[in-house]
Amino acid sequence: MRFEDVKQRLNNKTVGIAGAGGLGSNCAVALVRCGLGHLVIADYDVVSESNLNRQYYFRDQIGMKKVDALKENLLRINPDLVIEAHDLRITSENVVTLFSACDVIVEAFDLAEMKEMLITAAALDLAHIPLVGGVGLAGYGKLEALRVRRWDNLILCGDGISEVSEVQPPLAPRVGIVSHMQADVVLAILLNEE
Amino acid sequence: MMNITLNNQPANFAADSMTIRELLDNKRFTFKMLVVKLNGKLIRKEDYEQTLIHDGDQLDVIHLMSGG
Repeated sequence: MRFEDVKQRLNNKTVGIAGAGGLGSNCAVALVRCGLGHLVIADYDVVSESNLNRQYYFRDQIGMKKVDALKENLLRINPDLVIEAHDLRITSENVVTLFSACDVIVEAFDLAEMKEMLITAAALDLAHIPLVGGVGLAGYGKLEALRVRRWDNLILCGDGISEVSEVQPPLAPRVGIVSHMQADVVLAILLNEE
Repeated sequence: MMNITLNNQPANFAADSMTIRELLDNKRFTFKMLVVKLNGKLIRKEDYEQTLIHDGDQLDVIHLMSGG
């Protein structure tokens, strides 16, 4: 498919991104660069210095709401992007309200309990919408362990094993790769469905 | 005796049926955060004790870990 066709097809698609941290910010940037027209982002956090090792923010954005900072950065890539930015904590109660109009949902949380909450809520209430998650991306190396696993409308990117800890932090390369695996899975879903 | 597909691998158990909780304990799936799909359908945590697995079923236990 020519890039002009990719852009044209993506222009009227909506992707929901749950979490604007390492996975969410980088995945959003990749999708917007490819021509995605509509984005729904939700996160309650603010940009801090410790985020700069992997998240798509800049030093002068420290202290800003992540959704505001990400919106600013994405609009610098494409000023015509339609972006719905929600500064709130995602719960099983608001998942449907936030993401029911999306063609695909990206799970981009940091904490395993939040991943579990979203995967569960989406499988129960939004089962018709593909959910693309990121699981197992801490540390560095072991790139050959990264993979994509599918269970119907649940697709998980990552090694499925490595957990973040004091001695195995999330770092730009591996988090970036998994976030871009997610973006690529989203593209394949959106571009192949017609 | 029950033969099921567990995480895409054949698995067999002496019992004719068992609950999801029993299977998780039996296979030592003690990971704190996980989601369970029985024949493609997600099973809520609060239903693990009541939901029975039978011969021929497909069970997926998906572990979730922090990082993002």
